[in-house]
Amino acid sequence: MSVQSPISSVNDFVVRFANVNGSGSASANEMFARSILRHGVPVSPRNVFPSNIQGLPTWYEVRVTEDGHLGARGGVDMMVAMNPQTWDKDIAAIEPGGYLFYDSTKPMPASKFRADIAVIGVPLTAITNSTYTDPRQRQLFKNIIYLGAMCALLDMDPKIVEQLIGEQYKGKEKLLSSNIHALHLGRDWALQNLKCPIGLRVRKADKVGDRIFIEGNSAAALGAVYGGATVCAWYPITPSSSVADAFTSHCKKLRHDPVTGKAKYAIVQGEDELASIGIVIGASWNGARAFTATSGPGISLMTEFIGLSYFAEIPAVIMNVQRAGPSTGMPTRTQQCDIIACAYASHGDTKHVLLFPEDPAEAFEFAAQAFDLAERLQTTIFLMLDLDIGMNHRLSRPLKWDDARQYDRGKVMTSEMLDEPGRDFGRYLDVDGDGIPYRTYPGTHPTKGSFFTRGTSRNRYAIYSEEGPVYADNMQRLVRKFETAQDMVPRPLQANAARPTKYGVIYFGSTAPAMDEAIGILESRGHQLDRLRIRAFPFHSSVASFIADHDFVYVVEQNRDAQLRSLIVNENGIDPVRLIPILHYDGTPITARFIAGAIADHQDQLKVTPLRKVKS
Amino acid sequence: MTYIAKPKFHHPGLPKNDLGFTHRDYEGKISTLCAGCGHDSITASIIEACFELSIEPHRVAKISGIGCSSKTPDYFLGNSHGFNSVHGRMPSVLTGANLANRDLIYLGVSGDGDSASIGFGQFAHSIRRGVNMTYIVENNGVYGLTKGQFSATADRGSKSKKGLINSDSPVDLVAIALQLGASFVARSFSGDKSQLVPLIAAAIQHKGAAFIDVISPCVAFNNHAGSTKSFDYVREHNDAVNRLDVITGREPITVEYAPGAVQLVDQHDGTRIALRKIDADYDPHDRVGAMSFLQKHAAKGQIVTGLLYVDPESDDLHSHLDTVEAPLNTLQAKDLCPGTAALDKINASLR
Repeated sequence: MSVQSPISSVNDFVVRFANVNGSGSASANEMFARSILRHGVPVSPRNVFPSNIQGLPTWYEVRVTEDGHLGARGGVDMMVAMNPQTWDKDIAAIEPGGYLFYDSTKPMPASKFRADIAVIGVPLTAITNSTYTDPRQRQLFKNIIYLGAMCALLDMDPKIVEQLIGEQYKGKEKLLSSNIHALHLGRDWALQNLKCPIGLRVRKADKVGDRIFIEGNSAAALGAVYGGATVCAWYPITPSSSVADAFTSHCKKLRHDPVTGKAKYAIVQGEDELASIGIVIGASWNGARAFTATSGPGISLMTEFIGLSYFAEIPAVIMNVQRAGPSTGMPTRTQQCDIIACAYASHGDTKHVLLFPEDPAEAFEFAAQAFDLAERLQTTIFLMLDLDIGMNHRLSRPLKWDDARQYDRGKVMTSEMLDEPGRDFGRYLDVDGDGIPYRTYPGTHPTKGSFFTRGTSRNRYAIYSEEGPVYADNMQRLVRKFETAQDMVPRPLQANAARPTKYGVIYFGSTAPAMDEAIGILESRGHQLDRLRIRAFPFHSSVASFIADHDFVYVVEQNRDAQLRSLIVNENGIDPVRLIPILHYDGTPITARFIAGAIADHQDQLKVTPLRKVKS
Repeated sequence: MTYIAKPKFHHPGLPKNDLGFTHRDYEGKISTLCAGCGHDSITASIIEACFELSIEPHRVAKISGIGCSSKTPDYFLGNSHGFNSVHGRMPSVLTGANLANRDLIYLGVSGDGDSASIGFGQFAHSIRRGVNMTYIVENNGVYGLTKGQFSATADRGSKSKKGLINSDSPVDLVAIALQLGASFVARSFSGDKSQLVPLIAAAIQHKGAAFIDVISPCVAFNNHAGSTKSFDYVREHNDAVNRLDVITGREPITVEYAPGAVQLVDQHDGTRIALRKIDADYDPHDRVGAMSFLQKHAAKGQIVTGLLYVDPESDDLHSHLDTVEAPLNTLQAKDLCPGTAALDKINASLR
């Protein structure tokens, strides 16, 4: 080990807290992240947690980033090592010159440390034991005490932390004062016994602006409230359960009749994912806006119903908070691995609309839009979230709504319309040439407009038919409808490099912040890339033209099999050689370092090797 | 799944109900089931019950799964919306439809394969939730559409048409519905229209999960000697505990009851059921008693029919969820969207 000077950095570093889950550390850690935000410095926190309730290791990583890079960075500058189980691994993770913060109550052999890091010991257990007698209090306040010590070490303003504690325990005076007391216990001990501050420092800035700090799942649930969802059916599954939890709590605040107190929504916890999607389809068939939230295994179970939604043309909104598969996979790790499973879900020829939000603000917007799209297109709309967006607090532009906005309820024939002279109602009749037929809600008219909904083949008037031409006619109309969808879904966003370039990069969803940061790194190394962020499937025509405009296009995604790339190749007839996969799939969020490294490696190869040799 | 148009003309003297509809206005397309199928008798009973209750046909949503029984909603109430959904999933689709519009009448039609095998879970959970519906299982103990495999309601020891003996224990959907808290539980026989019609009518008027198991012999695959779901077997072993009339202000729905004591049951919506007791000791308000009665008679090989349990004070899923009176599908953006002012507050709370 070499002698290493300690890392010195203001407002640009990564702190990782290693804890045991169920120890109450989460709220203290979140308070740490929030208090840095209150200094006007952006942070990007990430929970790394096991599929377990108590006793297993959990980490909370806070990237402090005045420059506003909200993707994961990789590497740890300061480790707050509170979990003996993971000690060795945690010590090894610290960058050379980084810092280790630990509970020094019990002496540790020198072999347990590293020479190239700065070691900061605080006797947390001794302090808590001498102050508190109740074991639960000892546990909880230990977290606040280390928060206090961190406050001194990183030169944070204690008043800001005090104010946050005040907001959290508003109206609970006893808790408030004891938390503030614990905060100062830690801070004072550090100031008296340690060299404060260390090389890592938080300095007030003005880089947060009006942004908000929210989890994607909560934002998506709020989008469902604003988008007019009245029925939610769901089955618990990580990492999507908090969508339904958030929808419930938002509805409790926002969706009760002010006079009667009654609910303008219905939430049912289904017995499984099949029932959940069945309830959604039944409700949508009957004219309510309905959704479910699930993850990969749930999608697998729902596929038969998804095929029914496609073929019988019934709206449905499915929020898929993706996690690492296949099978149970890594339930608490992130991936973008259900692209193909959702795009072509169910047996037979099917295609489904996918929306790819990049952050909570888009999760909110796309969730609300999903209900308009589902009713307009009379089919399933997938909101493709992932654990990284869904379950982490993300700094995001404020949520916006236009009060003049009306819901697009799609082509629904009313009783009055059915009575119009000459009106011909055929449930699967393509009246407007856009592939979208009219539907009626059950109970609309005593003698007109009723039809029998079925997953079997039928003619344009919903009459059962297994005639080949009738079946083919219907299947072709469904393709026309999917083409119509192309211009309704969110368009890709393109950003060009400073100088003209032959290279492009396509990315989507939670990769966005890491990609934005990677572009900067690549530019500094002389690599120019135009970028296109895909926000929906079916792909807008600009995807094909973007690829046509570049010699090579990198497709960055968080799965093993380059699923988005396959979808682009398949749907747009692109020569696969021109799309270079950049794949990250170990379950951790993709980083700018990874993307920049992989693209730079490929670019370097291109520089020295003629193209035809690369192909071979 | 018929493509044969059914002639609409009818005798001018056909009786009309309170709405001026004749029996023909409650019919659907021509059945494509086998001649003599028990399911067609159930279809006729549904038509009869809806006619007698003077229900507006378009105010009924008829929902089914997959199988012979699930095809039948095409054969009644031609002016109602129907939904032939996914095998075993009628209950969830019906639950969702019911949540969207509490004002319609929900008729779930299923079979023994649909409800006792692939959809056993959905059957159970829709009953547990107290969805306001009439859930009819057309129970023939056999998979008809796939040519005669045993279903889960086939009795142990019963013989298939191919001569196989069933060694598995049967699922008794009535016993399970009772255990799960259904607030209306009945069993009947497709060959006994006078018992079945008023049961369906009472179930439609019941608020909450009403379940009717209708033994409905499969003439093609389960009507032979050795079957316990054949016409002959069911007639011989039918042990009716009561017969009933639904009193709606009009004349009673049937008059063909056996003599016995009359028990009046008032339902939530003001309608009244008159039960003609056959078994003097049978109490249809005693859930536990009903379960034990069923088990004892099943052990003797008897098929207990009639209104087995009714809770006149029942309520439904909408009451549990405390939803607004207006159907959720009628709520507009102004009712549902909290608007920018609320969103600004939410944004402010997230900084």
